[in-house]
Amino acid sequence: MSRVEEELRSVPPEALRLEGVSKRFLARGSELLVLDDVSLDIAEGELVCLLGPSGCGKSTLLNVVAGLERPDAGRVLAGGTEVAGPSRDRMVMFQEPALFPWRDALGNVLFGLELKPGLDKASRREVARYYLRLVGLESFEKSPIHELSGGMRQRVALARALAPNPRVLLMDEPFSALDAMTREQLYADLQGIQQKRRKTILFVTHNVRESACLGDRIVVMSPNPGRIAAVVDVALPRPRDINDSGVAEIARKVTAMLRAQHVPAAEAGGR
Amino acid sequence: MKRWLVAGAVFGALLAVWQLGDSCRWWSSVLLPSPASIVQYLVAALADGTLLSATLVTGQRLLVGYAIGVVAGIPLGLLMSRSRLLQDTLGTLALGLQTLPSVCWVPLALLWFGQTETAMAFVVVMGTLWAILLATADGVRNVPPIYVRAARTMGSQPLHTLVHVTLPASLPFVIGGMKQGWAFAWRSLMAAEIYVTVLTGFGLGHLLHYGRELHAMEQVIGVMAVIVTIGLLVDRVVFSPVERALHRRWGTARS
Repeated sequence: MSRVEEELRSVPPEALRLEGVSKRFLARGSELLVLDDVSLDIAEGELVCLLGPSGCGKSTLLNVVAGLERPDAGRVLAGGTEVAGPSRDRMVMFQEPALFPWRDALGNVLFGLELKPGLDKASRREVARYYLRLVGLESFEKSPIHELSGGMRQRVALARALAPNPRVLLMDEPFSALDAMTREQLYADLQGIQQKRRKTILFVTHNVRESACLGDRIVVMSPNPGRIAAVVDVALPRPRDINDSGVAEIARKVTAMLRAQHVPAAEAGGR
Repeated sequence: MKRWLVAGAVFGALLAVWQLGDSCRWWSSVLLPSPASIVQYLVAALADGTLLSATLVTGQRLLVGYAIGVVAGIPLGLLMSRSRLLQDTLGTLALGLQTLPSVCWVPLALLWFGQTETAMAFVVVMGTLWAILLATADGVRNVPPIYVRAARTMGSQPLHTLVHVTLPASLPFVIGGMKQGWAFAWRSLMAAEIYVTVLTGFGLGHLLHYGRELHAMEQVIGVMAVIVTIGLLVDRVVFSPVERALHRRWGTARS
C-alpha cells in the first residue's frame, strides 16, 4: 500500500468523554462561571449537536474539547486519553473564515498536512487534492480565498479540517454566516462526507432546525452558568433534509423544551 | 495609455513655459537655470562619468543602510509585539525617534565614527529602522487571532506559527513599512551627504552640495531631478508591483 493510500485510509473515530468540566472567565474583575460541571459521553462516529443560545458556553466547551482552553475543573477524554492540548486527531472548523489569504485553496488544505510527519511533497498534494475533490472544489485549487463564495470558503475549511485525517471533528457554528440555500447544500454534503469518512463530530449551533437535521443527538444547553439542560435523541433515517417533516417535528419538540425552560431565543424553526 | 499621454503633455507644457520664461529673461538664469542648461549639465555629467559614479556610491550606501534597517527592524518588531515591556519601552522610543529627522543623528555619527562610510550607514539605519519596526509590530498586532488558533489546532508550534502564519499575515503592513522606510532612508542619506564630506566616495548629495558652492544651479537642479527619478523608479518598479500583488492576493485591492 502506498504512503498516500495509507494516509487516505479511514481512521476509526474516537469516543469523547467529558467529566465534570467547569470553566471560569474573568470578566470586568468578577469571575464568571461559563461551564458548570458538564458531563457528556459521545460514542465513536456519533454526530452530536450542542444547541443553545449565545452565552451558554457551547463554544467554550468546544474549545475545551479541542484543547485550546484548559478546564478549571474536570477533564476531557478523547479515545480514553486525557486532552492536554490541541491535536491533529481533533480538528476544528470555526464560524469565521479562518482560511489563510496568502495561500490558495489547495495551499490552505496543505497547511495541516505539512505539519504531519512522514509525507513528502507529492503525496501531500495528492492527499490535499483528494479532500478538495471530496468537498467538490477540485477545479478551484488555485483560487485565491477572497475569490471564493462564503459557502466555498467553508468547504475549503472543511477539507482543511479533514485532510490530516482526524478522528474527531469539532465544528463551531460553521454554517451560520451562510445563506439558507448554501447551508442546505452543505447539510447534505456533510452527511454524505460523514457516510464516507466517519468521524466523531461535535457540532455547535444555535439553530434548532439545523441541530435536528444533522444530529444523532441534540444536547440542549442553558446559560448562566452553562449546563446541559436536556439530551434529545434524533432517530430519523439519513440523509435528512432540513425540510423533512420528521426534522420539523423534532425541532418543534426541542423548541417547546427550550421555552419551558425559559431558555431565551435559541433560533427556533428554520431560517 | 491615454492617461500617460495627457500627463506627459502637461509636463511638456510646463517645461516649455519654463524654457520660454528663461529665453524671455523673466527671471535670472543664475536663480533658475533653463531646462536646456540642466539637460546640458546632465549629459556632460553622464559623459564624464561623475553622475554615474555618484549614483553608484549613493546607491550602495543606501542599500547597505536599508538592508541593515530591514534585517534588524522586522525581528525587533516581531519581538516588540510579543512583549508588553518592549512595547512600553522600545515602542515609545521608536515612535519618538521616528519623528526625529535623522539628519539630527549626523553630529553624533561624526563624533562616533568619523567621516566614514560607517557614519553614513548609521544615519541611514536610524532613518529606516523605526518605521519598519513599528509597521511590523503593528502588522503582527493586526493578525486575526483566529489564524493563530486555527494553526494551533493543526499542530503548529509557536515558532512555526510565527514564521508560517504571523509573518505572512502581517506582510501587507510590513511591506508598507518597508516602503516608508525606503523613503526615510533616501532622505537621511541625502541630508548626511550634503552635510558631511566622506572621502571614500562622492555621492549625489555631495554633487548637489558642490553645485551650490559653485553657484551652478543647473547642477543642483539636475541632481535633484536624478534623485526624484530614482525614488520614483524604485517605487514604480519595486514597491508598487509588490503592493499590488499583495492586495490582489489578500483581496483588499482598490480597483
